[in-house]
Amino acid sequence: MDFGLSEQQVMLKTSARDFLDKECPKRLVRQMIDDERGYSPELWKKMAELGWQALVIPEEFGGVGSSFLDLAVLLEEMGRALVPGPFVSTIVHCARPIAGFGTDEQKRRLLPAIAGGDLIMTMALAEAEGGLEASDIATAAGNSGGGFVINGRKMFVPDAHVADYFLCVTRTSGGSADSEGISVFLIDAKAPGISIRKLRTISGEKLCEVVFSDAMVPTSALLGEVDGGWPIVSRILEEAQVAESAWMTGGARWVLETSVQYACTRVQFGVPIGSFQAIQHKCADMAVEVEGATSAMYYAAWAVAENDTQMPMAASVAKAWCSDTFKHAAINGIQIHGGIGYTWDHDMHLYLKRAKASEVAFGDADYHRDRVARLLNI
Amino acid sequence: MDFSYTPKEEAFRKEVRDWLDVHMKELPNWWRNPEVMGPEIDSDEYHQFSLWWHKKLYAAGFVGIAWPKEYGGRGATLLEQVVYNEEMAKARAPGPANGLGIGWAGPTIMAYGSEEQKKRFLPKILSAEEHWCQGFSEPEAGSDLANVQTRAVDAGDHYVVNGQKVWTTGGHYSDWAILLVRTDPNAPKHRGLTYLLLDMHSPGVTVRPLRQITGHAEFNEVFLDSVKILKSLQIGETNRGWHIAVGTLAFERSALATTVQRENTFQDLIKVARQVKRHGRPVIEDPLVRQRLAQFHIDIQVLKYTGLRSLTGQLRGDRPGPETLVVNLFGTELNLRMQEFAMEIQGPYSRLMRGSDYAIDNGSWQFSFLSARGTAIASGTLEIKRNVIAERGLGLPRSNR
Repeated sequence: MDFGLSEQQVMLKTSARDFLDKECPKRLVRQMIDDERGYSPELWKKMAELGWQALVIPEEFGGVGSSFLDLAVLLEEMGRALVPGPFVSTIVHCARPIAGFGTDEQKRRLLPAIAGGDLIMTMALAEAEGGLEASDIATAAGNSGGGFVINGRKMFVPDAHVADYFLCVTRTSGGSADSEGISVFLIDAKAPGISIRKLRTISGEKLCEVVFSDAMVPTSALLGEVDGGWPIVSRILEEAQVAESAWMTGGARWVLETSVQYACTRVQFGVPIGSFQAIQHKCADMAVEVEGATSAMYYAAWAVAENDTQMPMAASVAKAWCSDTFKHAAINGIQIHGGIGYTWDHDMHLYLKRAKASEVAFGDADYHRDRVARLLNI
Repeated sequence: MDFSYTPKEEAFRKEVRDWLDVHMKELPNWWRNPEVMGPEIDSDEYHQFSLWWHKKLYAAGFVGIAWPKEYGGRGATLLEQVVYNEEMAKARAPGPANGLGIGWAGPTIMAYGSEEQKKRFLPKILSAEEHWCQGFSEPEAGSDLANVQTRAVDAGDHYVVNGQKVWTTGGHYSDWAILLVRTDPNAPKHRGLTYLLLDMHSPGVTVRPLRQITGHAEFNEVFLDSVKILKSLQIGETNRGWHIAVGTLAFERSALATTVQRENTFQDLIKVARQVKRHGRPVIEDPLVRQRLAQFHIDIQVLKYTGLRSLTGQLRGDRPGPETLVVNLFGTELNLRMQEFAMEIQGPYSRLMRGSDYAIDNGSWQFSFLSARGTAIASGTLEIKRNVIAERGLGLPRSNR
């Protein structure tokens, strides 16, 4: 019985925090809000030099071959630092499924480039209603001259404007409610017939609308089987939920620590405000939620790493809990900071905005509670 | 990370399970089935029942398993305690009697008592031949426990004690009490307290039952009128009682057994939600009810895994971190929320109680809802628990409470 990080994981965590403190200060995070690309290629390159993009890619394809649990450790620190850019979309939403379901040719073509920091990818999944079920996929891929032709509109695609490849979820057959008939393609972003439009976001993250108009893709672009894509998407979603949870856990812990620190030093009525029970109890409630987030998230990350049968439940438990936790923490964090917490200059609002973005990414708490109820057969 | 147990622990688990398989069958029907009317929990019949069950556990070596072998325990490892508590909770078995003696008085005597005191008291605590109660709280010493006013005056080989204790659970059938008294009224409040053992049958001890919110009288007021307590019954040094009392309160129970209890409550709650109808449909089909039930399941998982992180820290010998402190608060509040929800979904039936026609589960929810309110107050109110998390867990400055 041991539910704690290993020595190596603690080392990874410590070195990631030191690196990000230095290389990803809030100044950079703020710059990237207004930056066209939305990420720093220099930081991206330094991360690659540390082997971060390579971490969970198998060794035979230029990676380090570490487990999803190690990745969760890293993501927690990245969430804490609010690292801008396409790391999660490239690694979790694309590299992992390619390693898991891709052909040898696809793996050799894409994974070493990703591991080296030379290739950016993103997943085009959601559409106008933003749903996460197979029935929400209307983008059509039809047979056409030895390949496929894709038509449809994808929404909320992160970092599409800088992506080299899309992992695109399409419908190839079946009625709109069928989970069969879904196919996944790895599409060159430069292919003709693809147009990308950036949307403005509250958090500064780069979300795009991606329209496919008669975009032609070869059969070799297919990830998995024709019509057999839904199990791939399900797996991606579960891993994405855990990854988002790790990110949120890191962010929520930063909020808790920053608020506690402020409450220790901010003096009103002649004493630090942290000696007021009204503030103490807020902080205690934040601590309950943040410790809970850490527990739920690491268990889910373990379940992914071990391919445990509890993975779907653990992913939903973590995502539901962490979505609530990060939001509550950020709201309370601003409240504890008072007027200064409401300013643009203080970093707290960056976390509230990220919390609101992460809350709805890959299913909000209500969605996951419903999923938990279904998994419990109630 | 590794969530498995060693073969040694699994063998112990099997031993506990096998024993429970045989002996749970001997329990009276009312224990299992709320529809069968059992004795009131403050009745002599109930007390005799718990002593009867205690004897069985004791004979099997399942009482005070954490106690060292030399004092009649098993010297069970931390993980064996976890396994034991988990299996007992899963089987919904009654616990041993004399919980305060085994959980608080015994470990305190072991840690701070003299050899003579250990020999005299420990065996009879374990066998429940002598029943123990707690004499810490007073009318003016609740959350502010160090404000104890009960006075003990030095009279040579003994103290003369005057004062009043309150919330003394089981005081009416207890033989001994752990007692916190003021020996130096001039010292700062934490530094003038001494820890004594009180023979509840001494002259000058009057026990008066207090009726609780549930209508039962499990706890009492205890009046001490010039009670003589020999100095040989003092634990530790004079005026050092506060530290020992704090040590007593630190003997916390396993978070994982709490998780299993919450899981049991959750399963019962689902049954009620399937049974109760609104607008002709079971309330479990109401999307809002589903959301609440799912959140309870999520909460239970979070409690479980935070408990496991805390356990891991203990196994690794780390200083207890915030994850240990939050478990207690969260587990308590989770039960309170589930109890409230169980009442909520019963609608008008939530107004019926034990013994009434049509009362769901013979009013056991009404009882557990009411009695759970006590857990929000006893051994640290929810507010004090938050103060402790803030100050000890997070390092915030001490509040001027």
